[in-house]
Amino acid sequence: MEIPDVKEKWSNRINTVTLGATREQGGTRGSTVTVGGETTLPFLTFEGEIPHRPVIAGIVCDVVPDRWPEPVKKAIGPVINSPVEWAQKCVEDFKVDLISLKLVGADPQGANRSPSDCAKTVRDILAAVTVPLIIWGCDDEDKDNEVLPECSQAARGENCLLGSATESNYRTMAAIGKADRHKLIAEAPVDINIGKQVNILLQDAGFSLEDVVMCQVTAALGYGFDYVYTIFERVRIAGLKGDKLMALPQIANVGWEVYKVKEALADEDILPGWGRLENRAPLWEASTAAGYLQAGADIVTLAHPEAIRITREIIAELMAG
Amino acid sequence: MIFIGERINTGFKDIKQAVLHKDPRPLQEWARKQTEAGANYLDVNLGAVSSKAADMCWMIETVQAAVETPICIDTNKPTILAEAVKACKKPPLINSTTAAQDKLDSMMPIAAQYNASIIGVVMDETGTPKSADKRVENAGKILARAMELGIEPERLFLDPIVMPLKYMQDQAKEILEATRQFALFSDPPPHIVCGLSNISDGATYRRLINRTFLVMAICCGMDAAICDVTDTALVNAALAAELVMNRQIYADSFVRK
Repeated sequence: MEIPDVKEKWSNRINTVTLGATREQGGTRGSTVTVGGETTLPFLTFEGEIPHRPVIAGIVCDVVPDRWPEPVKKAIGPVINSPVEWAQKCVEDFKVDLISLKLVGADPQGANRSPSDCAKTVRDILAAVTVPLIIWGCDDEDKDNEVLPECSQAARGENCLLGSATESNYRTMAAIGKADRHKLIAEAPVDINIGKQVNILLQDAGFSLEDVVMCQVTAALGYGFDYVYTIFERVRIAGLKGDKLMALPQIANVGWEVYKVKEALADEDILPGWGRLENRAPLWEASTAAGYLQAGADIVTLAHPEAIRITREIIAELMAG
Repeated sequence: MIFIGERINTGFKDIKQAVLHKDPRPLQEWARKQTEAGANYLDVNLGAVSSKAADMCWMIETVQAAVETPICIDTNKPTILAEAVKACKKPPLINSTTAAQDKLDSMMPIAAQYNASIIGVVMDETGTPKSADKRVENAGKILARAMELGIEPERLFLDPIVMPLKYMQDQAKEILEATRQFALFSDPPPHIVCGLSNISDGATYRRLINRTFLVMAICCGMDAAICDVTDTALVNAALAAELVMNRQIYADSFVRK
């Protein structure tokens, strides 16, 4: 019996987004990172084109996040106290494709660092590493509206990925993205309809969707992961079917979200029978990442070096077909 | 929804004069206006003004000098079509073949050769069908020929032939029923299109009839229309209907302004 051909033929291609600018392009990066361009669902290399493999962004924070568990801090090493050295180690030892800088220290409830201090961190990291940079605020809307414009200016021309444009701040983000020649993350709170709406708003504000990466507030495994997974998947299918407003690369902020849930934070004394946290934490991170890669993530952020290693292997294996 | 702008047609006086005097401006103005309104294709129709392929090519080149929007070549003459497809920068939509054998043999191979999409109007040698069943039978012939030539369903647009409501009131129901059945032909189904303005031919409240019919046709599976894309009430009603049918993902700002 002949086996029927079950290949899908999609009518549209996902946008291609390049991050980072070399000297010739007006920046100082040694290399750039390109994502997107797919004409099929993740890893179905037999069915369509996947011109760029998904990439790993190593998380670096300006101050050590309070809640991160000891085994994660230990795995990263003493460099965790220096964003510059942390970024260098991410590139040289952990072999990440780019850096995802989280300016958690700007949080008024925490270290409350000033916009100019944050901008200095951005400049220092750009000087210390040559890979492209993702820059996220501290999730306090008012503070981010001060911090992100200054950091954007500090990185002018470097073609960074700035996070995040939302329904409430998209005008500011579109303006700084255009002025300083950066790409933007369009973020929605686990809501595909708002995800689409933010894209429309950015487009109406004159920001090209060719320069946008979509993000849903990323759920860790066990905490609504399945819900966010289906959103990633529906966005990708809509994009491939021809919805230009959804045909965008996607980013999953895995490492940042995973270290909010007890399975990745609490050791055996609190969770008896769950195994040692030093093993479990990176596995929780890598498992979450593996899921989002299958759902359509083009960029995953990761913190633990072991999670980075496992995820890199998963990507290589799945891309080999 | 695939919107095909109807306005660059010598049936309209300004376009007729422009073609006669080789004045590019009216064509380019409408090309821009319809593109800004969100047209996915621009229908270009030489009509009875000329039978020269060169005039059709002039129209296409004039439009392409102003906008990037793909062309919908509106002609029933294979000789004109053969030249016109060569003038198109992007794969065009051919409007149209019918189920009549001579058209299937002359128009359809050109679509296959140039990687174009093609509209199949479900009439045949005996004329325009009156019933849904005959429309479906003719559509089947067109689909079969398309498959023989390697034209996939996503490049085929079936047109159930819309008749004026005012003069043939019994036809609208047959057209909608035929549309419903076309949508079951394959998975994914071929596109289903209509020349929308025909439905309101001769009527007083044309726009109201146009948009009511289009919404009902979308409900039956129609996903394309040759229409007045600058009629925002029409376009927005169609976009809302697609949301109701769960064909597009909802966003608050789904309308066009």
